[in-house]
Amino acid sequence: MFIESALNVKNQKVQGLFKALFMMMTILLVLPVLIILGTLIYKGGSVISLDFLFSDPTNGMTAGGIFPALVGTVWLVALALMISVPLGVAAAIYLSEYAGDNWFTRFINLAIINLAGVPSIVHALFGVGAFVIFFGFGTSILAASLTLAIMTLPIVIVATRESLQAVPMAFREACWNMGATRWQTIRRIVLPNSISGILTGVILEVSRTTGETAPIMFTGAAFFLPFLPQGVFDQTMAMSLHLFVVSTQVPGVPEALPYGVALVLIAMVLIMNSISIAFRMYLRGQKKW
Amino acid sequence: MIASADTTQQEQPEHAITTEKLNLWYGTFQAMFDIDLKIKNGIITSMIGPSGCGKSTFLRSVNRINERLGYVRIDGSINVFDHNIYDPAVELVQVRKQIGMVFQRPNPLPVSIRDNVLFGHRLHNKGNEAAKKNQDEIVEESLRQVLLWDQVKDKLNHKATELSLEEQQKLCIARLLPVKPRVLLMDEPCSALDPKGTAAVEELIWELRGKYTILIVTHNMAQARRASDECIFMLMGKVVEHSATEDLFVTPKNKQTADYIEGRYG
Repeated sequence: MFIESALNVKNQKVQGLFKALFMMMTILLVLPVLIILGTLIYKGGSVISLDFLFSDPTNGMTAGGIFPALVGTVWLVALALMISVPLGVAAAIYLSEYAGDNWFTRFINLAIINLAGVPSIVHALFGVGAFVIFFGFGTSILAASLTLAIMTLPIVIVATRESLQAVPMAFREACWNMGATRWQTIRRIVLPNSISGILTGVILEVSRTTGETAPIMFTGAAFFLPFLPQGVFDQTMAMSLHLFVVSTQVPGVPEALPYGVALVLIAMVLIMNSISIAFRMYLRGQKKW
Repeated sequence: MIASADTTQQEQPEHAITTEKLNLWYGTFQAMFDIDLKIKNGIITSMIGPSGCGKSTFLRSVNRINERLGYVRIDGSINVFDHNIYDPAVELVQVRKQIGMVFQRPNPLPVSIRDNVLFGHRLHNKGNEAAKKNQDEIVEESLRQVLLWDQVKDKLNHKATELSLEEQQKLCIARLLPVKPRVLLMDEPCSALDPKGTAAVEELIWELRGKYTILIVTHNMAQARRASDECIFMLMGKVVEHSATEDLFVTPKNKQTADYIEGRYG
């Protein structure tokens, strides 16, 4: 009665085939990441030391460390986040909680999607025109961070809006029915329950910002500077540009050096991501519905 | 005005909610046609009718929760205790305070039981130190009123979402009480509950009778019959019959009402 038929056997085979196929694709996806990390550690691991992290480049950047670039990247990313996170979160709250569905919001949504699709070199040219020249910030951390912020704004807006919309409508209705205003509802219920999703957007933005080279190349990042930036109107070195420079622009660089720089860059992103992920998991553990 | 209603001992008119020539459109679709209703103060009125007849729409118009859908248009008037709630001078927050609503699916906020009960109270007593002192009393009194105190008194700091559906629904009623509403709207409050939960919530609704004007939408005719004083039958956006529940079920005046309560359509 419960014996398998020929059709069962065939279906089982097909089912097994697809499972294997999907699994293979997944492994294929992970493989490049592992290979990249492996290569970097293998070829660049030898140059990593505290001294490498905390000293200036020497001998025309063929030796020494990466400290100015490291500090510069922290400046750029931190300032870009300070600009784009409040702006992006506020815009997302408006779009999700206040704006009705009309041609104006549809137009804004379209603009955001388009902004996300603009190539980074175009953002760089915009940054030069707008911040460096028009606003007169010169090539500076401020101009570079503003460019980065504008480029990554769509990431924050889309992630925030989606996590706001994931908060059940029933919660909002419950609040409104007790006489809460929209802002009280957002402040007390919607934001606390969407904060982990918003953080995901911020994580993505950090990773993207840290690695971008084109937008900062003309707006604030310098080829080589023997000193650390003192304020937002200074130029600065940056990890991503430094990697580009030592791997293509400077003759006589030992092979391990660029790999070491790349390894530090990736490690920075991974560490920042891990911290935010841990924080997000902690927040997620707090909520339950 | 409604705005000042909670400071004085309110007048007690015969009717809590009266509507005149109330029409409502969702976009181009008209959901209510010339609704003229007088809903009596202090009793339980049930609304029955097949899906899409406009009974939930009516309920949602009475505390203006419909409005967040931008495409709703209303014509005519809804008076609650003789104040037109669609008057431009009316403050929406005060409307929602006086007219509480219970939803089909229990929707406790994802905070503790205690914080759920105090949510509205805190909103409306911000910076009022005296209001902070009697929070414990308010929690106990509200939960006692909904017959929930004994089950939850030892776990007030647990998440409200951990409660059973029946308890959640009672909590949703309890949290309306501290802001002292005068009207409670209930949109099929028992439809997500099992028979035992339904019985318990019905008992509670009966318990609240007299203290609040209760308007309850239900799909369940037996429930309307058991748990209401007056009953309104709606069909296709119109009120067909409105009379004492007993009369409506035993001697319906309208043929459509008779057909519906005998289960010929629905």
